[in-house]
Amino acid sequence: MNKLTKNYDPDAYYDELIDQSGNPRPPAQRLLKYLNSLSADELEKRRLTAEATVQEMGISFTVYTEEGNIDRTWPFDIIPRTIEAKEWAVTEAGLKQRLTALNRFIDDLYHDQNCIKDGIIPEYIITKSKNFRPECVGVSPAYGVWAHICGTDLVRDETGQFYVLEDNLRVPSGVSYMLENRAITKRVLPELFENDDIKPIADYPSQLFETLAALSPRKIERPEIVVLTPGIYNSAYFEHAFLAQQMGVELVEGSDLFIGNDDCVYTKTIYGPERVDVIYRRIDDLYLDPEVFEPDSVLGVPGLMRAWKAGNVALANAPGAGVADDKVVYAYVPDLIRYYLDEEPILPNVTTYLCERDDHREYVLQNLDKLVVKPANESGGYGMLVGPHSSKKDQQLFAELIQANPRNYIAQPTLKLSTAPTLVGKGTLEPRHLDLRPFILQSKDTYVTTGGLTRVAMKKGSLVVNSSQGGGSKDTWIVETKGV
Amino acid sequence: MLSRVAERLYWCARYLERVENTARLVSVYDDLLYDLPREIAISWYNLIEINSGVELFEQRYKVKDERNVLKFLLADDTNPGSLLSSLKMVRENLRTTRDVVPGEMWELINELDLYAKQHIKQGINRSERHTYLNTIIGGCQKIIGLLSGSMDRGAGWCFLNIGRYLERADMNTRILDAANSVLMQSREEESVKLGQVIWSKVLKSQSAYLSFRRTMRSSIKGAMAATFLLTDPHFPRSQLFCLEQIKLAASALPRSEVIAHQVNMLLQNTHGVERSEDLNQEFSRYLNDIQLSIIALHHQITDNWFQYMQGDAA
Repeated sequence: MNKLTKNYDPDAYYDELIDQSGNPRPPAQRLLKYLNSLSADELEKRRLTAEATVQEMGISFTVYTEEGNIDRTWPFDIIPRTIEAKEWAVTEAGLKQRLTALNRFIDDLYHDQNCIKDGIIPEYIITKSKNFRPECVGVSPAYGVWAHICGTDLVRDETGQFYVLEDNLRVPSGVSYMLENRAITKRVLPELFENDDIKPIADYPSQLFETLAALSPRKIERPEIVVLTPGIYNSAYFEHAFLAQQMGVELVEGSDLFIGNDDCVYTKTIYGPERVDVIYRRIDDLYLDPEVFEPDSVLGVPGLMRAWKAGNVALANAPGAGVADDKVVYAYVPDLIRYYLDEEPILPNVTTYLCERDDHREYVLQNLDKLVVKPANESGGYGMLVGPHSSKKDQQLFAELIQANPRNYIAQPTLKLSTAPTLVGKGTLEPRHLDLRPFILQSKDTYVTTGGLTRVAMKKGSLVVNSSQGGGSKDTWIVETKGV
Repeated sequence: MLSRVAERLYWCARYLERVENTARLVSVYDDLLYDLPREIAISWYNLIEINSGVELFEQRYKVKDERNVLKFLLADDTNPGSLLSSLKMVRENLRTTRDVVPGEMWELINELDLYAKQHIKQGINRSERHTYLNTIIGGCQKIIGLLSGSMDRGAGWCFLNIGRYLERADMNTRILDAANSVLMQSREEESVKLGQVIWSKVLKSQSAYLSFRRTMRSSIKGAMAATFLLTDPHFPRSQLFCLEQIKLAASALPRSEVIAHQVNMLLQNTHGVERSEDLNQEFSRYLNDIQLSIIALHHQITDNWFQYMQGDAA
């Protein structure tokens, strides 16, 4: 027994499945016992089954390259990552708290801006924000909620403590992969689902539907909900189609919609126009409405902002919600939680240096080789400096970038991200770094996914988990351990 | 149903039917190889002619032999009507309409697409061609079975049916023409002998053999086989049946009168052949005229449902 994990060495990191003395953590006990009962051949067979399943299920994401768009199959590791249910309950409470405060903050920014008047957050957050939309000032979305769907990235440090790494409040992706990962794992390791108490995750589409339906401006029994996609060349198109299908709603492109003379939104159907109540839009703000934003864009719908402001249609996420997606805002979230909710934050932030602040910038410039520097408003892991893995030349370049535009940069210590056993060759497990993206839904009620999407850096030692940068993923199990 | 989605479903079904019928078409000739007397050489190039592929084929290939014809019909990605191109188009159209069809359809089409690509050599080489073509036909039927068994009979279903039966009607005429042209190329004394062989292959390729026997209660003769495939009211691949199905599917959709009118004209013009001597150049022209009417019908369908005219909203 114990052959598979015998030589496994998590090093100085926190390993999700195996503790420092080489014993399985409680929620992983059954899993590891089972894996150890499999031969290397059997395990390899399961891996190949997973690979074939991914292909047949057509699970893919699109990568932009110089040769054009390539539909890549989803990289998947069959060894699940486990988290104890009791521990997850705390994290879930922390996420709900965080998103409640963030939505209060966004609503405040587009109305009275009390947080600025009261000195909680500096004014330049708005005046220099790329994602603040003056067009949205004074608009009051239902329940005061702007960010209805949020993907918050969590990481653990070497002590096992969860930290929030960033909040994605614009059009976060990945939830479909979370659901598909479970579907694949059920096919590959079916025996485990019989005995282990693994919490189901399948209700996400219903929860999303409820969240969206609650936003309908017309109080009717069956509001018309649509998912708005930029189209097949978008890297998350797979997810857009998946969610529309799972919710049983129409997947539309901008050209399928138009705004009537009554400032309501309609779909172009074979029967004629049909009114739309709620749009789950997966298009960035700036492409939503060529009348207001990018005039050349053909992705959106002319007049959509007019319809939204008139209260004739709900947009999720609301335009302008991305203002809180700023990594500088991130640094202030603990203060915002205290300010709006009068509570102590449950989930801590990672220490963050704001280059805008003189003392912080000085420290960052002197410690570029130790820190991770990130632009305030990018996503997908682009434009970053990972200090310990960077050359002197890179550091010089970032020093110049920071000095030229300090507002646009933050820095954080290089985290010792936790690891989990990952299949790297036939019958060989090695630790690979990972993070976790739970999804938080909010309108009338608040809901957090059971676990989330675990992303894995497939390269040894790498900390980059983004799928657009070659990362992979795993199924995430929230396990009830009573009785183990 | 969104106009765009309706159009993509329609095309999805057309391409899927084209995949199946291309496999059936090739299998007619493939089977003939084994049963024809050695001295009779069948011209694979007929298949290019009846598929209106002459110009494109000649840009790509110098030699009009079996191998090149099969490469062109099955594998060639510059031929938009090839089996692999058609499958790709099924997949592309489905990729953007997955939300309105049963979830398993996407898996089945991926499975079929992977098989078709990975085993394409079997289709081109003679020894395993039969297995390859049969698997493709089976894969298409599995998808249609899935749809029949689990898709609700809403507008999406209607557009899938219109696409499928329109393409099937078109391909039906091409398969008939394929047999007709082999016979026209043979010498008169051969053609009687050949007729039996060829028409039974055509019926088998259309899964019509038993149905023909039961319905016509006759030995297989060209005129009767062609008549059966054109006018039988109950066989699901006959011309008459396909046209009736288009009418039926359209009747559940808005503004269907104009389509019904056009289909009725086509139905009035659907007739069999009296004598086997009538299977000649004239018959080939008749089939060609049907194909032109089908193209006209396609344009009418496009105008009627897919070109959205922005109406007065509220």
